[in-house]
Amino acid sequence: MVSLAIDFSKPVVPNEDKRWKIVDATMRRLGHQPRALIETLHTVQEAFGYLDEDGLRYVSASLHVPLSRSYGVATFYHFFTLKPAGEHTCVICTGTACYIKGAAQLLATVQQDLGISPGETTVDGKLSLLTARCLGSCGLAPAVVYDHQVSGKVLPNNLREHIAKWMTHEL
Amino acid sequence: MNSEELDQIAENENEEQKKFAHRINVCVAAGCLSCQSQEVKDAIDSEVKKRGLEHECQTKGVGCMGLCSEGPLVSADAKLLYRRVAPDDAGDLVDSLKGAPVSRLLCRTDQPFFQKQKKIVLENSGNIDPERIEDYVAAHGYSGLIRVLSEMTPLQVIEEVVKSGLRGRGGAGYPTGLKWSTVAKAVARNKYAICNADEGDPGAFMDRSVLESDPHRVLEGMIIAAYAVGASEGYIYVRAEYPLAIKRLKTAIRQAERLGLLGGNICGTRFNFHVDLRLGAGAFVCGEETALIASIEGKRGTPRARPPYPAQEGLNGQPTLINNVETYANIPPIIRNGGAWYAKIGTEKSKGTKVFALAGRVQNTGLVEVPMGITLREIVFDVGGGIPEGRQIKAVQTGGPSGGCIPSEFLDMPVDYESLSKVGSIMGSGGMIVMDDSSCMVDVAKYFMDFCMSESCGKCIPCRVGTYQMHELLKNITNMQGASADISKLEELADVLKNTSLCGLGQSAPNPVLSTLRYFGGEYRAHVDKRSCTAGVCGSQEVKP
Repeated sequence: MVSLAIDFSKPVVPNEDKRWKIVDATMRRLGHQPRALIETLHTVQEAFGYLDEDGLRYVSASLHVPLSRSYGVATFYHFFTLKPAGEHTCVICTGTACYIKGAAQLLATVQQDLGISPGETTVDGKLSLLTARCLGSCGLAPAVVYDHQVSGKVLPNNLREHIAKWMTHEL
Repeated sequence: MNSEELDQIAENENEEQKKFAHRINVCVAAGCLSCQSQEVKDAIDSEVKKRGLEHECQTKGVGCMGLCSEGPLVSADAKLLYRRVAPDDAGDLVDSLKGAPVSRLLCRTDQPFFQKQKKIVLENSGNIDPERIEDYVAAHGYSGLIRVLSEMTPLQVIEEVVKSGLRGRGGAGYPTGLKWSTVAKAVARNKYAICNADEGDPGAFMDRSVLESDPHRVLEGMIIAAYAVGASEGYIYVRAEYPLAIKRLKTAIRQAERLGLLGGNICGTRFNFHVDLRLGAGAFVCGEETALIASIEGKRGTPRARPPYPAQEGLNGQPTLINNVETYANIPPIIRNGGAWYAKIGTEKSKGTKVFALAGRVQNTGLVEVPMGITLREIVFDVGGGIPEGRQIKAVQTGGPSGGCIPSEFLDMPVDYESLSKVGSIMGSGGMIVMDDSSCMVDVAKYFMDFCMSESCGKCIPCRVGTYQMHELLKNITNMQGASADISKLEELADVLKNTSLCGLGQSAPNPVLSTLRYFGGEYRAHVDKRSCTAGVCGSQEVKP
């Protein structure tokens, strides 16, 4: 029989991973208030790279918010991702300055070559393609971030070469 | 902390800096960092050490110097500016301190890019080390706050801001003094002051630059505002995409607390103000104040109907003051020099200066601060250095996805809140994108509509469905499958969105379409009737090499 009693016991950490201690610290600092949800999700994503179901369940239980609300928040904001990123990430800036200077062509290049859309990862888990709304490097438009390294004035051929090197383990 | 102690810090800092005969400033703001300015700084540091000049030459990482397209920028002894400096140039730069300048890297500072600017918000940017409070204090920092706390009542502070004529720099241009007095008049146990640093507008990076180059200025403005309206808690809502700005703000908050300029009993008075950071998570709609408040409360960033305005019922249902980064950054100089001084700059209804992120098809891209009332032509052709490759200017886009495209015939129009709205655009937060004849205006309208469509929060139907439908119509037209009825449908939908959407995002989403229809209607018709795109952007799906 399913118990209908409300469970007031302390939520159980999903696994032994030490990184949950960092998450706990954030929640403690903000007094386990429901309003700490976004800050906590930031911490989870920073520690683990993405938000998975176990993590969302744990945070929801700890902050006393329904799982639907955590899921709602996690999917509302672009910054949160529910899937792990690929081995390499390629972020193409699609801010106005970059768009005017040809970011759409860069995007099309990757989409054509690898068959993935922004936000997706290749089947082999090698590369994630992302877009950014503006990197603030408008002077270097169009800008691309290869694994946290900003590169400016990128042409479709440069992009192709860089990705090819990743794919063949040259970088 | 009192006025004497503050002077002492400034004096010590000046003494300290006088010990060095030479100074090299390296820009370590976002733009230059992305072209390896940190490596340049490290190289200069090691060259200085190699020559045993550590006690003679100081190298400092500073904020944005403005001319981002020529980065990394390095200035030597505050008079020479070097551009496109590579780590290999470090040795020559250090050697040049005692000899002739390195002419191959020299950047002229007498060009209009520098001469036509007037720096108030950015006065310290590029001169001080953003990670040291002492440097800010030496540049008259926090003297405004001390003055406010020791000599002025909250009412007098508000009067000074009213006198300055400062208007909100976030986009709408609401008079700042009026907003402050509304919050001040509200009776409540708790009040909040919030700094909106959720710069979501694509193609705008002013707030980021200010936060990265001079975080204490924003903090000081916020503390003064909190004193004026009676707030005891504050939040800076900053984009998680700006890790450097977050790091520098955290440092700044810690330093200010250590000196007793922030926290409990500020400067020995009974005034308390605590500031914390809240990270945005990439939602454009969170720039809207009620959505921003929802986000700080840990919820989805959806706006609600106003009134009640946040000034009456904001965060946690309490009166809340929300100002943009640049607005707060204007406060310390207003207090220091007086509202009347500020009111002398600019036009009759738009006072002071405005920081623009100049980008797109223009020679000098970067961060510029110009007095209100300057003409667009001066910004594009003098400050911006004109259009590269001998092309023709077509339009200037201001205000991002909420603004419009201003055609070249209005280039001689003064830049102020009223003139911009008269031609169907807005001041916006300060993104200014220059377009030449290689840009198709229908495609640009589609780009902004795509942005609004994906950023619509989905709460109200006109915005959620309207932006999607308008985007579909624009997609049809740019794919050369449009009919002339599509253009009138666009106009009709634009009207619905403008008048029935819940918040500013939906209400202003049609602006880019309306302004391009108004001034570049011919291009729309060419797409529909002749199936041709004069700029050669639309129609072809293949990728150009």
